Amino acid sequence: MKTFKMGGVHPEENKISSNAAIEQMPLPKQVAVLMNQHLGAPATPIVAKGDKVKVGQLIAEAQAFMCANIHSPVSGTVNKIDVCKDIVGLPKTAIYIDVEGDEWMETIDRTPDIKRECSLEPKEIVAKLKEMGIVGLGGATFPAHIKYSVPEGKKAEYLIINAAECEPYLTSDHRVMMEHPEEICIGVSLLRKALGVPTAYIGIESNKPEPIRVMTETAKKFEGIVVEPLVVKYPQGAEKQLINSITGRKVPSGKLPIDVGCVVSNIGTTFAVYEAIQKNKPLIENILTVTGKKLPSQHNYQCRIGITYNDIIRHALGELPENTGKVISGGTMMGKAISNLDAPTTKGASSVLVMDESESRRRPESNCIRCGKCINACPMGLEPYLFSALVKNNRIEEAQAHNILDCIECGCCFFSCPANKPLTDEIRLGKNKVRAMMAAKK
Amino acid sequence: MNLLKISGSPHVHSDESTKKIMWRVNLALIPMLLTGIAFFGLNALLISIVSVACCCLFQWLIEKFIMKVPTTVSDGSAIVTGLLLAFNVPATADMIWLVAIGALVAIGVGKMTFGGLGKNPFNPALVGRVFLLISFPVQMTTWPSVGKWFPMTTDTVSGPTPLGILKEGGNIDLPTLTEMFLGHMGGSLGEVSAIAILIGAIYLLWRKVISWHIPVAFIGTAFIFSGILWLADPSAYTDPITTILTGGIMLGACFMATDMVTSPMAKSGQLIFGVGCGLLTIIIRNWGAYPEGVSFAILLMNAVTPLINRWCKPTRFAC
Amino acid sequence: MTNMILTAVLVLGLIGIIFAIVLYFVAQKFKVLEDPLIDEIAEVLPGANCGGCGKAGCRAMAEAFVKQGNMEGLSCPAGGEEVAKKVAALLGCTPEVSDPMVAVVRCNGSCANAVSKNNYDGLADCSFANSVYAGESGCVFGCLGLGNCAKACQFGALSMDPETGLPVVDDDKCTACGACVKACPRGIIELRKKGVKNRRVYVACRNKEKGAAARKSCSAACIGCGKCEKTCPFGAIKVENNVAYIDFNLCRLCRKCVAECPTGAIHAVNFPPLPPKKEAPADGAPAPVKAPAPQTAPAQAV
Repeated sequence: MKTFKMGGVHPEENKISSNAAIEQMPLPKQVAVLMNQHLGAPATPIVAKGDKVKVGQLIAEAQAFMCANIHSPVSGTVNKIDVCKDIVGLPKTAIYIDVEGDEWMETIDRTPDIKRECSLEPKEIVAKLKEMGIVGLGGATFPAHIKYSVPEGKKAEYLIINAAECEPYLTSDHRVMMEHPEEICIGVSLLRKALGVPTAYIGIESNKPEPIRVMTETAKKFEGIVVEPLVVKYPQGAEKQLINSITGRKVPSGKLPIDVGCVVSNIGTTFAVYEAIQKNKPLIENILTVTGKKLPSQHNYQCRIGITYNDIIRHALGELPENTGKVISGGTMMGKAISNLDAPTTKGASSVLVMDESESRRRPESNCIRCGKCINACPMGLEPYLFSALVKNNRIEEAQAHNILDCIECGCCFFSCPANKPLTDEIRLGKNKVRAMMAAKK
Repeated sequence: MNLLKISGSPHVHSDESTKKIMWRVNLALIPMLLTGIAFFGLNALLISIVSVACCCLFQWLIEKFIMKVPTTVSDGSAIVTGLLLAFNVPATADMIWLVAIGALVAIGVGKMTFGGLGKNPFNPALVGRVFLLISFPVQMTTWPSVGKWFPMTTDTVSGPTPLGILKEGGNIDLPTLTEMFLGHMGGSLGEVSAIAILIGAIYLLWRKVISWHIPVAFIGTAFIFSGILWLADPSAYTDPITTILTGGIMLGACFMATDMVTSPMAKSGQLIFGVGCGLLTIIIRNWGAYPEGVSFAILLMNAVTPLINRWCKPTRFAC
Repeated sequence: MTNMILTAVLVLGLIGIIFAIVLYFVAQKFKVLEDPLIDEIAEVLPGANCGGCGKAGCRAMAEAFVKQGNMEGLSCPAGGEEVAKKVAALLGCTPEVSDPMVAVVRCNGSCANAVSKNNYDGLADCSFANSVYAGESGCVFGCLGLGNCAKACQFGALSMDPETGLPVVDDDKCTACGACVKACPRGIIELRKKGVKNRRVYVACRNKEKGAAARKSCSAACIGCGKCEKTCPFGAIKVENNVAYIDFNLCRLCRKCVAECPTGAIHAVNFPPLPPKKEAPADGAPAPVKAPAPQTAPAQAV
């Protein structure tokens, strides 16, 4: 079984919702569609207050280079275009749409039939990805059309599909693999065609034996798709680590995967790609896991983008348990703590993770005992304890010299620190300061 | 409903804590305490109790009245220091009160002056031990005899340690290798039994409190270096097996040199640290004034640790 | 015996002479020519290296003084008039004295006014918290309460009030070096004119959201209603982006705006208490009354 060599930790897996089949989330009364729900510049609204929209209709256009189209996830009337606070309370622009019925664009193929043939040329596939507003669903929400337009002079040799799902709790990828293996393989084939690479590798952590079996069987029917079981070790699904695990190559500091001939996409993205290319369906839905150790029930939902977290919680749980300590969007290692449950979901959302008071409490910090556990845990071979000291004393240039910017913020250092030092927080702060210093120098 | 908590990721922790680490070390030290009691009787137990109690007391007093910070005695690090200090003194009746002075120096000077656990550059137990050795050379080198097994008490004056015998040039009364391995020989309270030390060390390795790098480098270097000397002149130098089984090499390599706070953090640095300790120990033993050099060797390498940390960086990803 | 002593003396003497020669040449080679005036001026400067002047530290500032030869455009905010005079004497020029300034905290988001809606549990650093979330009350413009400003202050003039969760400036200790202004990730602290008898009127809010949204997170927020702008006889108040700002160069400290403000966002400090003439405004009741309380420090200055 393959894995990356350096560092890594093994947090409790807690894949307790992996047997819950994907359910359809009912439509809310209103959705708020944020204009920046992808990496890069916000999209520009092209509808106005009072406009009638259908499901899948383009409502905001990508005008900048690093941007993605946004389509209406519901049918109804545009209520307003206004400020909307996101999950951490920061104001963003959003299009509010009052839901009326569920009328889809005629172009979208809503039949359950699986369509395998595709006559599009690689360039046309990429253009369609752009048109349909596809972004990476692994967390970074990188616009897919940019990723699949390989820059001049570079050549893709490997297509790697990230189905490691190394984050504790998350099971949306697990469920998609179980329920839509055929569609995923078609999506992978399409991406393979777009890149012109001979083989695509689907990396799945070995704690998911069922998806590995299903995907291996389905992949046999397709040309050039290999399923790679991976050792269960966090952060197996981090881009650089996954490339290292599967190909043995290492992306150097400050370089992109394409510099070593690799392109990595999340398994959820491939399903979205299938729907976009074969069914003409833009990215308007995503799969969300609603989970938590102390919750009475575990769910996986297919939700329209723009539904609020409160709507999801109300439908799934009625209300939050009395002693809820933290609600997280994403997994426990890299997810964001939600402070504003009235915020809408975005394309990159993958879960609503509810932790109770005792699970969410951080223990008090004590002196560093220089045990070196953070060094052993760091998958990038950095020295978190040193960054902590340097950032605290504002020695930003030294932190930069020790490659603080190589940090992928996976959280392994804080996870393993016996002194409970908020190392990841300090490093993030340090990275911000280094970036500010570099910007000031320019 | 509670207010929702906000923090940066990650939102889970491995549950590892300083306290757990220290208590694991304490657990690993128990076999040595038992063998100490077995060979040296009640004195060994009394010395250990006084040493641990004094270390905890002094730490509590200093934290409460001088530093005015919440006490951290419960993290178990003072107990580790206390036990290690006790293990490094001869189990004679004199030491029962002398060890209290050692505890004051170990905790007061060795640890709290620098700001407490994690900030001390030198291993506190060794600071205390070396202070006692220099200040009370007679008491610190008067070893109880180990005539019979499981004595209730021991004669205060008597038997030299194997190292003492060797230093004086004698070669006659050395204990057999089996005796050395079990610990039936003269020496400090906790250092005599190699098997007890190995049991403790294996436990620590299993619980990942220590890594193999320092002990292996330390003992390996001592073995190879003394081996070379022995091959060159077997009449003048001790054979390598006796070298590593006598004195404090085993205890030092497994429990003192591996002290997290005072040893390098990167694996390459730990190897250098271990090799340095091994070399210095053999040099001091053969050409120094003292018959034993482990304490000095480790303290000297502790002083170099920040420098090693600067040089030896972990291998970066893709470099 | 004599021979041995003689040898020792000779050897040591010779070594001494050789080292002396080496030292002499090394010293010549690495000699740095420096104006002694720099040392003298550096001696006069406060030596806190606060960076308020915009230079790397006091020594760098002294170098800048000497290089320029006068004080034009260079001033040590921490040292104030006294230091300026001394430096001027050393440089032989006229001292450049600016109006005395003081740091002012423009946030009213105390625990009572801006009720916490979540509970921050991360690294105690404002810059970091600012990158993680909006703030405990949900106000994106308000004080995060983690004390980066207090940590940045070299003069012990800023402290966090545990009751309100806001920083408090000690007017006497504040030298207006501006370190806190730079430390605050939300730009809440401003250097304002110290004012006659330390009296100042300012808007203690930076919330640019629309009135209703601002009130949602803080009962004492400036809602941008513009009443103060209309009331001000001197045209010192401007409402821009839903938040009022009082220009301290135009303000004559009449305090008409303070009475007018419906939320109590405008603070007047170090004034003798107003004669009680009208009842407290609207539902933000306790705020205006309470407002001057945190900054009552220099009563003796009056």
